[in-house]
Amino acid sequence: MTFRLTLTVNGEPRAIELDDPRVTLLDLLRERLGLTGSKKGCDRGQCGACTVLLNGRRINSCLALAVSLDGAEVLTIEGLAVDEQLHPVQAAFIEHDGFQCGFCTPGQIMSAVGLIREGHAGDDPERVREGMSGNLCRCGAYIGITEAVLDAQARSAGVDQGEAA
Amino acid sequence: MNRFDYVRPGSVAEAVAAAAEPGAAYLAAGTNLLDLMKGGITRPGRLVDVTHLPGLDRIEHLPDGGVRIGALVRNSDLAYDPHVSKALPAVAEALLSGASAQLRNAATVAGNLLQRTRCPYFYDPASACNKRDPGAGCEARGGETRLHAVLGWSEHCIATHPSDFCVPLVSLDATVEIEGRAGAREVPLDALYRLPEDRPDRETVLEPGDLIVALRLPAEAASFAGHSRYLKVRDRTSYAFAVVSAAASLRLDGGRIGEARIALGGVALKPWRARAAEAVLAGAELSERRFLEAADAALAEARPSGDNAYKIELARRLIVRALTLAAAGTPERMPALPASAFSGDALHA
Repeated sequence: MTFRLTLTVNGEPRAIELDDPRVTLLDLLRERLGLTGSKKGCDRGQCGACTVLLNGRRINSCLALAVSLDGAEVLTIEGLAVDEQLHPVQAAFIEHDGFQCGFCTPGQIMSAVGLIREGHAGDDPERVREGMSGNLCRCGAYIGITEAVLDAQARSAGVDQGEAA
Repeated sequence: MNRFDYVRPGSVAEAVAAAAEPGAAYLAAGTNLLDLMKGGITRPGRLVDVTHLPGLDRIEHLPDGGVRIGALVRNSDLAYDPHVSKALPAVAEALLSGASAQLRNAATVAGNLLQRTRCPYFYDPASACNKRDPGAGCEARGGETRLHAVLGWSEHCIATHPSDFCVPLVSLDATVEIEGRAGAREVPLDALYRLPEDRPDRETVLEPGDLIVALRLPAEAASFAGHSRYLKVRDRTSYAFAVVSAAASLRLDGGRIGEARIALGGVALKPWRARAAEAVLAGAELSERRFLEAADAALAEARPSGDNAYKIELARRLIVRALTLAAAGTPERMPALPASAFSGDALHA
């Protein structure tokens, strides 16, 4: 049986045919749409490396069945930058050394974008750390990650417009 | 992951009919179910996807002051609902202390109620487990039991229920609305769950095809809003299941306790309502001595199921701390670390 669904991925409508309902959103992105930015770490919802925005909200794409998401909008790390212009969260991760090996970074950045959109953390580093606890970093770049999120959020809010992109 | 048929019903009635077949399971967000399927722990032959059913994703504030929460409301939407966070602060705090932001954005209310135990022996297909394979035995017994039950367990199963959300819910007399082959019915959340006894595979009173469509909280639940806390001890400050947790809510009457509600998490295969502790506090003065008496009453029947006697003392102390925090008043803003014993106000209680 073939399952037909439509997803909007990084702003582009995609008609998708699945021959198997077991395909997760993560596997769809990586194996069938060629979007390998979202990473498969644990594949069990524990590490956050697969984080994408689904209808504007961050989720673990490894724990979502693609067939169930007909009509949804998906934003991945590949859809963040506009042409050559990095998203403020991407730029802040570079400036604050928010990574070392980089494997968890797409998930960290998508999670940070989601966190800033949610708007519950404010400028409190403790709330940022709590809000980012679903993203593990084996290199231990957490200090830089927290600084990057706070900085990117301040720029998004127009607090630091002089440096904003 | 096993192969399965995927069905997307257009109505609750169609869903019930499709899920009543042997081997069928409901699919909502899938945050627990897919994890179990990837591990080969559950192998449903059919998934009935209820996420597209209309009308199950609303939070309704009823004319009588109660709240009706659709089964598909996402955990984070409920926790941040302005009315819910104000009227049912311990429920919001419990929700925000569970899982991660990504999981809370996906996981549904009914999925949270029905999540399976995180007992590592249940999760390991190579271990004997009466819950997975009735009659196989329980390898948790005599194994690594630091996190296992101290109340309501049996020799057949010593697992715990992992939900934070359910703990304040059960203390506040939440009920669930169920649609099934025999029609609609409403069941107290406390009565939804079965203790393991000799059939740990039968976790709830749900029959094949039964679908939870909503969760209800009575108007009275909001009368505790000013003095209501959830406190959770875990191995990490964030993104970890409870070792032990406690929900404590007080309605004060002058300087005395009009009514108390107490429940424990992480101690049994269901959220554990501590009615004996509540009875100790009804009409009592606010004092640590009374809180200690209540905690003793809550744990009177507790016994270790292995190397976990410490959980009994931990639960006792956590009840006293949660009552102390509840008496001091619900914080105006959600703590930075929800339900943490190491968060600002909680440190000095």
